[in-house]
Amino acid sequence: MSVFNEWRDQPLDEIMYHCRELVEDTNFPTIKRWREQGGKTLGHFQVYFPEELAHAAGLMPIKMCGTMLEPNNADSHFGSYLCSIIKTSLEAALSGGIELDVFVSHPICDAARNLAAIFGRNFDYPCQILYLPQNPNSSESANWLRDEYNRMRRLIEGVVGHEISDEAIARSIDVFNENRSLMRELYDIKRETPWLVTADEAYALVAIGGMIPREEHNELLVAVLPMLRERETRQEDRIRVVFEGAFCEQPPLDLIRMLGRTCYVVDDDFLVGMRYILEDIPATDDPVFALAEAYIEQSSYSPVQHDNRKPKEDMLLKRIKGSEADAAIVAAAKMCEPGLEEQVAYIHMLDEEDIPYFVSEFEENMSSFDQLELQIETFLENILFA
Amino acid sequence: MTTETTHETDIVGRGNRDGAQLFRDWFAELGQTAEKGDQSAYVFVMGSMNEILKTFDLPVVFPEINSLQTAVRRVAGDFLSEAEDYGYSPDICGYVKADVSVQLRGGEHPMGRIPKPSIAVLTNACNTYVKWAEIWERMHGCPMFTLDVPGTRQAGTQTWPGDPDFENDRRYVQKQTQELIALCEKVTGKKFDIDKFREILGYANAMSVGWKRVIEANKATPAPFNALTDGTIFLGVANGFRGTKEGADYFNDLVEEMEYKAANGIGALAEEIYRLVFIGVPCYPIFRRFNELFSEWGGSFINSTYLWFASGGSNLGFEYDLNKPLESFAEGTLISVRDAMDSMFHQDRMLVDMVDEYAVDGIVYHPIKSCRTVSTGLADSRGYFATKKDVPSLFVESDMMDSRVISEAQMKNRIDAFFEGLASRKQQAAIAGKEG
Repeated sequence: MSVFNEWRDQPLDEIMYHCRELVEDTNFPTIKRWREQGGKTLGHFQVYFPEELAHAAGLMPIKMCGTMLEPNNADSHFGSYLCSIIKTSLEAALSGGIELDVFVSHPICDAARNLAAIFGRNFDYPCQILYLPQNPNSSESANWLRDEYNRMRRLIEGVVGHEISDEAIARSIDVFNENRSLMRELYDIKRETPWLVTADEAYALVAIGGMIPREEHNELLVAVLPMLRERETRQEDRIRVVFEGAFCEQPPLDLIRMLGRTCYVVDDDFLVGMRYILEDIPATDDPVFALAEAYIEQSSYSPVQHDNRKPKEDMLLKRIKGSEADAAIVAAAKMCEPGLEEQVAYIHMLDEEDIPYFVSEFEENMSSFDQLELQIETFLENILFA
Repeated sequence: MTTETTHETDIVGRGNRDGAQLFRDWFAELGQTAEKGDQSAYVFVMGSMNEILKTFDLPVVFPEINSLQTAVRRVAGDFLSEAEDYGYSPDICGYVKADVSVQLRGGEHPMGRIPKPSIAVLTNACNTYVKWAEIWERMHGCPMFTLDVPGTRQAGTQTWPGDPDFENDRRYVQKQTQELIALCEKVTGKKFDIDKFREILGYANAMSVGWKRVIEANKATPAPFNALTDGTIFLGVANGFRGTKEGADYFNDLVEEMEYKAANGIGALAEEIYRLVFIGVPCYPIFRRFNELFSEWGGSFINSTYLWFASGGSNLGFEYDLNKPLESFAEGTLISVRDAMDSMFHQDRMLVDMVDEYAVDGIVYHPIKSCRTVSTGLADSRGYFATKKDVPSLFVESDMMDSRVISEAQMKNRIDAFFEGLASRKQQAAIAGKEG
């Protein structure tokens, strides 16, 4: 079934308009359309979830990554000193905006690890934690994760009422391999020809994947990527910047749009969970093990996972050098403890490497950017005219 | 003086006296370790792996305990400011920041000098543990080992030995335990001694069994110890001396003391009027005063989730099978650390099960700025609990380290109002009893 058709047969600018509108629509129309057609949904909180498991069962995986909603219903369920995404993700469910059949969260941080319990006290559908290895360096982690994924598979089978075959999972891996490949291509465009796609356009094109069936997302990207490459936009003399700090809560689209006006965002960790697996997952006789192994061996990084092989400051440096960026914006969502902690390590590394950086905090619900824009423009001008 | 009185003088208050002495001894030993530049292990209260580290004779440092000591001694503000100047946000856990300052000061601490870590060992019971250990990894270049302990996936769905899901988790924990042992061998240059490990597990068994009995002693009316103040001393020994003869002896004595007090009607409060359960982490910057705000009304903390999760789940009283030390250690770690996590995320269910048994009059929820692990779900959990049990509760926010977010006057207003409600409730119950 199809849930997002507004973009079809439209010129590029019109397509981008519809994509941005959908990303900011707090009525979640595509999810409603899916459910109106009898579809079931699995909501998963940031950062990464093996969506292939839900997809293979015929569920639509929905990325619960906060919204622009005011947490009017959710506020009373929380105390103070918390990030916004925790509250608005619950709000999306409590307000009826996002109806689910399963909710899954991961112990990515001290706040988020409470979410499954909170959802579980408020909804009758299964609300579970999926454990992703916090010790990926253990020789047992991939085997264990396969069994943990199989446990999740059984839970989903109970929800849909039928078995999920290995063949179905293998087919879903193919769909997601294509999807990840298309997103990598989009990021290639960002890195190589950033003037062809603005920061907010690229963001919207990725974010939509978390709210429509992945086959539709593939169709959209297949149509849009060549259009982007053919765009006749002139290259400008702008600073190339890496944005780091959006692995969980997302900056508002207007903030990203503002960044796109002032610099070229050539790489970032926006919605990094959707792009967490960096290469195609190989076809094997045990597709669940392949999924698990990919998480351990072929994945990106974020402040919420420790891996001896991936010191975060080294990974950021690699991202900066790999995208030939001139500077970094090291951001953190307000009250995001892992993000704020990582900022310190990033800053010390950037100082040592003599790479210019701008430190900032954001919140998904912020609506005024004048001061921030002025600060960033000043920062960038200092580099440009240094 | 009668024999009975002499016995009472010896026994009552012994746990606090001996606990304080053990603490001083422990920090003195750490100071000597630091002076000599010897090895030490940095660990955390939820899954310290003390049993393994002690097998390698590694002195253990609990930075959480070091940090809370700065707050109790009212010097945390300086430590927090120093870490904030270094770059750590005011919104980061105060424990982390106080420790960063200790590290930046070369181990200088109000209780003595803290040695540098040769290894950092942590579990995933708190995500900040991971970020914290990464700081030491960067500062000192020491290896960090995260022992990943899968917890409860959904309230009420815990699995047990024999269940395939449990066995999968146990295999994972056991493999990691073996990998930790290999790392300790590399760091210390010593071979793992299974017989020594077995002996240490025996001491840990005695402590776990004792800890469970101590907590259960507070079912008595009046409760023999204050779970918030006395309990924190006991907890310190439970963590710092886990797997040692001194720790086992201490808990044997403590059980004797608490059971003696329970049998003889000796309470922590002279006049216990309200029996309270504390949910969260104590307010260390005004530790004594916070308790007084309750005890002045005759409120006695008879239990606390802090005694559960901050003992790494030892409150369960899990006993290792000394015939299968490695397998049993993995199983015990899995079950106990999981329970510690449940005490933070699903404590509503535990409370429902225990309020009648402990004759609880009220619940005090104390979410804090510094610890989102413990605090994030408390408002929701409180709402859920209210639908299950007719027990009044108080929700009062502050911090465990940062006095800048503690307003004692505001806190007192709320606490007083809570007790006025409890008093009115007792009166009404008494009237209803007479009329009935």
